Amino acid sequence: MALSTSSNFAKPDDAFRAIVEAHRGLSDAQSADLDAALVLILANHIGDLDVLREAIALAQRRMLDASQQQQQQQ
Amino acid sequence: MAQSKVQFGYRRNPDQDRPAGALAEHPVAVVGAGPVGLSLAIDLAQRGQSVVLLDDADRIGEGSRAICFSKRSLEFWDRLGVGSRMVDKGVVWSVGKIFHGASQLYQFNLLPEEGHKRPAFINLQQFHAEAYLVDRVQQLAAIDLRWRNRVIGLEQRNDQSVLTIETPDGSYLLRANYVVACDGARSSLRQMVGAEFAGQVFEDQFLIADVKMTAEFPTERWFWFDPPFHAGRSALLHKQPDDIWRIDLQLHPDADPAIEKRPENVRPRIARMLGHEKFDFEWISLYKFQCRRMEKFIHGRVIFAGDAAHQVSPFGARGANSGLEDAENLAWKLDRVLRGISPEALLASYHTERSAAADENIRESTRSTDFMAPSSRQEARLRKAVLSLAKETEFGKRMINGGRLSVPSVYDSPLSTADLDSWRGGPRPGASMLDAPIAAHAGDLAFLTEAFIKTGTRFALLEFANGVAVDPPDGVGVIRIGGKDGLLDAAGLVGARYDAEPGTAYLLRPDGYVAARFRHPTRTVLDAALARAAGIN
Repeated sequence: MALSTSSNFAKPDDAFRAIVEAHRGLSDAQSADLDAALVLILANHIGDLDVLREAIALAQRRMLDASQQQQQQQ
Repeated sequence: MAQSKVQFGYRRNPDQDRPAGALAEHPVAVVGAGPVGLSLAIDLAQRGQSVVLLDDADRIGEGSRAICFSKRSLEFWDRLGVGSRMVDKGVVWSVGKIFHGASQLYQFNLLPEEGHKRPAFINLQQFHAEAYLVDRVQQLAAIDLRWRNRVIGLEQRNDQSVLTIETPDGSYLLRANYVVACDGARSSLRQMVGAEFAGQVFEDQFLIADVKMTAEFPTERWFWFDPPFHAGRSALLHKQPDDIWRIDLQLHPDADPAIEKRPENVRPRIARMLGHEKFDFEWISLYKFQCRRMEKFIHGRVIFAGDAAHQVSPFGARGANSGLEDAENLAWKLDRVLRGISPEALLASYHTERSAAADENIRESTRSTDFMAPSSRQEARLRKAVLSLAKETEFGKRMINGGRLSVPSVYDSPLSTADLDSWRGGPRPGASMLDAPIAAHAGDLAFLTEAFIKTGTRFALLEFANGVAVDPPDGVGVIRIGGKDGLLDAAGLVGARYDAEPGTAYLLRPDGYVAARFRHPTRTVLDAALARAAGIN
């Protein structure tokens, strides 16, 4: 099974909103705690190391792109 | 503090009186009489080899040091004739509990099934284990154990090494066809061959205390994250024989070892943990650790085993146990090469199999250590999330890493013959044999591991009755299950654990690992599998 990057939610805005709302009113430290737990829960639900690795790689590429963009702006 | 040690005398040996032109020549010199060197020497001697065993000390070390010996190590020691003594003295355990703060998060059983001769683990002070091994060595005339013989020089020639050995009477030389360095983490042989020993150093310090007390804790491994008696750090409690308890406390990386080690500073910590002061110290030690291994375990005719070749963190009991697995892996191969019945290339499989095992042990113990001592704020956050999730989820419990305990590696080995038949279970080629209860018609065997020992711990064919009988190749022992004259599989566990059907056969190596398995073996495929497993291609 490969990482699915097509849109899987019928209403993606609802999913995004649910995550945003979970962080409302939290300090940065509390938000980081929440995210750490969320990542582990979702990773376990996926239960596939290859998919998890693909997801990590995608997130890392995105960070790399963002830092390159930042450098170009400077 | 009491110091448990056994003193041995230095004795002059005839090699010291030889003229320079006529050096003594030995097939094997083993350097280091710790658990690994002693066990290797016994295994070699039982196979008929003469062994010179050299040690720079004249006593068994103090302190409990390695305390957890695995089922696999006990099965090896059974083959060496010392298993029962170890188990009779040791504290048998299989259950571990993990606590966070004051509450229990998780419990695991390392051997949840019946029908094994040996338990998952025993706890036994290393000095007891060494003393029993020395007793066994002294029953074997083929082992020449020389205390206070320190190797100070190594010269490698084409097919021999010349060792310079320093003794209280001065130094002497001896020649050996093979040298096996079991001389520990600070191996001087490793320095002599100029090998690197690079790896990861962990900054956190751990304090080990052996305390003597009578206590009613169960014989289980208890591990705490952030216990009330040692806030913010981890702790481990383990029972040893003689009313001794091992306590490991994680310290801050910047703690001063000299100060932390003083009994008056250790005592209040332990008192907080135990809730009382009725204990005495046997041993206190402070350590930092490293995870590292040699790139090559074989340097010419010098072979490295145990801590000399690889070092891991102590969480997981992977130090001494992996060294003993090195010894059992090497002994039969070296014996065959010395006899000339296998080519020297067989020894290369020792490096292949055991360096992969070392990598696995390093990986596992590094993960445990990283979990115990997170190295960034985010790592700490992830650990906190795991510990909090563990209270209500199964997956969280399984993710807690308070040490993953040693299990034998499964070798991806050039000696294995790949499965051609289909299997639903059973140990695959490269895995170690599984024990199971049996009954002999004669009635003196109770376990499959005992039947294996009775065949002489050589290559053996484990075959299940009512298939077409195959003559085993020369020199191969036979363990027959079922049929007219076979062993009884009364509980059906041998069949179940080996996924057996009538005619199924497993070819076991002399170290008890599976070399090949067949649903319907023929002599041709057995011969081929045997040749491959013996390194004859």
